[in-house]
Amino acid sequence: MRTCLEVREITKSFPGVLANDHVNLTVREGEIHAILGENGAGKSTLVKIIYGLYKPDSGSIRLYDQELNFASPRQAIEAGIGMVHQHFMLIPALTVAENVVLGGEPGRIHYRRKENVEIVRQLAKQYHMELDPDAKVGDLTVGLQQRVEILKVFYRKAKLLILDEPTAMLTPQEVEELILVMERLRSQGVPIVFISHKLDEVQRISDRVTVMRAGKTVNTVETKSTTPQELANLMVGREVVLHVSKPPQKLGEPVLQLEDIVVSSGRNEKVKKVSFDVHRGEIFGLAGIDGNGQFELVEAITGLLPCKTGRIRLLGKDITSSSVQHRTNAGIAYIPQDRQLDGLVMDFELTENFVLRDFSKAPFARLGQMQVKPIEEYATRLSEDFDVRPRRIHAFAQNLSGGNQQKVILAREVSRNPELLIAAQPTRGLDVGAIQFIHNKLLELRSDGKAILLVSLELDEILALSDRIGVFYAGRLMGIFPSGQVTREQLGLLMTGVDLGSGGRL
Amino acid sequence: MLWDTLARPDLWAATLAMATPIALPALGGTFSERSGVVNIAMEGIMLIGAFFGVLFSFYTHSAWLGLLGALLMGALISALFAYVTVSLGADQVIVGMSINIFAAGLTAFLLNTIFGYGGTPRETPALPNLTIPGISDIPFVGPILGSQNVVVYLMFFLVFASHYFLFHTNLGLRIRAVGENPQAADTAGLNVRNLRYLGVMIGGMLSSLGGVYLALGLLNSFEVNMSGGRGYIAMAAMIFGKWTPFGSLGAALLFGFATALSMILQGGGISSNIIQMLPYALTILALTGLVGRSTAPAADGIPYNPNK
Repeated sequence: MRTCLEVREITKSFPGVLANDHVNLTVREGEIHAILGENGAGKSTLVKIIYGLYKPDSGSIRLYDQELNFASPRQAIEAGIGMVHQHFMLIPALTVAENVVLGGEPGRIHYRRKENVEIVRQLAKQYHMELDPDAKVGDLTVGLQQRVEILKVFYRKAKLLILDEPTAMLTPQEVEELILVMERLRSQGVPIVFISHKLDEVQRISDRVTVMRAGKTVNTVETKSTTPQELANLMVGREVVLHVSKPPQKLGEPVLQLEDIVVSSGRNEKVKKVSFDVHRGEIFGLAGIDGNGQFELVEAITGLLPCKTGRIRLLGKDITSSSVQHRTNAGIAYIPQDRQLDGLVMDFELTENFVLRDFSKAPFARLGQMQVKPIEEYATRLSEDFDVRPRRIHAFAQNLSGGNQQKVILAREVSRNPELLIAAQPTRGLDVGAIQFIHNKLLELRSDGKAILLVSLELDEILALSDRIGVFYAGRLMGIFPSGQVTREQLGLLMTGVDLGSGGRL
Repeated sequence: MLWDTLARPDLWAATLAMATPIALPALGGTFSERSGVVNIAMEGIMLIGAFFGVLFSFYTHSAWLGLLGALLMGALISALFAYVTVSLGADQVIVGMSINIFAAGLTAFLLNTIFGYGGTPRETPALPNLTIPGISDIPFVGPILGSQNVVVYLMFFLVFASHYFLFHTNLGLRIRAVGENPQAADTAGLNVRNLRYLGVMIGGMLSSLGGVYLALGLLNSFEVNMSGGRGYIAMAAMIFGKWTPFGSLGAALLFGFATALSMILQGGGISSNIIQMLPYALTILALTGLVGRSTAPAADGIPYNPNK
């Protein structure tokens, strides 16, 4: 097999960080090559160097016989490197065809609409991707938008396709379709580099894996001759417990009771008559594709959105129209899905962030004055208990890594000894180590007899932690299942609105 | 009485005459904002265009060279605007505002130093009115469309040309792409900086042309602050027109109509103060959602820094 891409001894440093440290990578023709690593391992930096977005400090890159030394993505595109970014580089206001040809439109002055539509239609056919070239990109699902990105790459006659975390935003069904597309591309001889931090995916799709850790390429292995456990250890650099072990459940009384909740946001009803309970000692997982109303429901429970109808009860007391503060004091803790926007004040120090909920109460305040000493002691204790790094309580929240930011929020919410913890996407964008930490904390709370409502877009997370699973689709609960009585595939179908009949429903 | 007023061709002729100095800067704003740069400097650029139009026209003895010189100055001042906002990434609204203040001061200062306190000379060559044979003889339509200043016709042409340029050329697609998502445009290999300069500078020339029309088309003189807020009304017209050339023209015609109506109704028993408010009241109405939702280009007003 011919070598397609060869990266040799690439080094790149940013102020204070060595992002790539003598990185080596060889991609052969016709293979799917995974780059596996935790967040911050240097995967993104590497592909950005290959794509000409960053200039390496030293090292060389060859694409076939051509020495690459890019100053801009334009040159990378011309050399035949195509990249699909994790955050799509699409223009929602334009059509599929316009997005595909942008930057390489045929003809000189006049935009040839018909011709371009035809080109894109042919291209879609050639790569077996169904797409309407005249559709507005903003109206497409995430999975279809990704196809537009892939078409963009092939419109530019790429010899190598780089996919940066391609499954991060997809539903299980869309992931399946993406895998099909990738396999067809491989059979057409297109080499694919794909970046991921998900073991199962890498195991399933790739032919070879290069593992990165702390800026270095640790090893390249044949996927077939390795195990997820081995890959995880390579990735983290120590023994990793892949499967969370759940202690047996001690189910108690209901803590949160929802009755026919209807929530409107803007003009639309986002939650339509939803009822369920969450008990002491239980993790109730809400699965669903983003935008189906699950986060509106969460905001209704925390008091950020009003309920149109229905009743919310906490430990038997009606809190449907209570203020946020009242609910907080009554025992609701909340980890919001966007930690930087809703969870922390990024320009505040950790001390201040730790007492965001209680700064006006004793011992943190006296006669309206903040009491520095007790706040600092509290912050120090929480930092230690939750292993927040760096251990500097006067650091600004914005200077922490995502995982440590999340630990700060978790520490703040959990330390108030709540009755109910609502965790919306608690591990979004975190690396394996941080995810493990947060999962263990959630399980600890469960053992302590707290009620936990876990809302996540990651099916694996829901499956690993939940005692019962509710599936949200279009504002409705498609069903509630005890975990273990429903498969991943069934959940995936339910998430897209396919009713499985009455079987398995509680 | 209302019907009688509406049946007067001079009302409609005045509507066109008054819509032109709004439509041109609105068109200019459309170019700028489609490329992602919020431009509130139309007011100032109009003043620059008006003053330098007169200046060049007087010294070259040609209104056309005056127009050309004014376009050049419009391009120059908007290049400065683009340099500060696009290359240096400064706040577009604040820079736009300072250009307005700068232009008002500069033109008033130059007027007094170059022409003295008597104002610009009467013998400044003006841009001609065109009489179109055939059309000018048609009753009712003739007096409206048949004999207008050359810039009015030019404005209509530019509206069509701009529409074609923005929505039916490759370059137009690229300008719009940059205004919607500069990062995506960048990774597609487009030069975000150059495209934004282009949008801003075309916009500057169009706004400048609006000023030239005021000075050399309507009045044949330059007066301090003669744009009289038209640059701002043009902004409303652009939003009202949903950032499209035809929409901007439609909105400008509406504002022009309100102005023309206030001119014609003057002395008709209604307080002239109230009538003069009409275009401005309409502006506020237009911006309070009367037009329905209009969405700006997604990256409008956000400086692009490729290194984040």
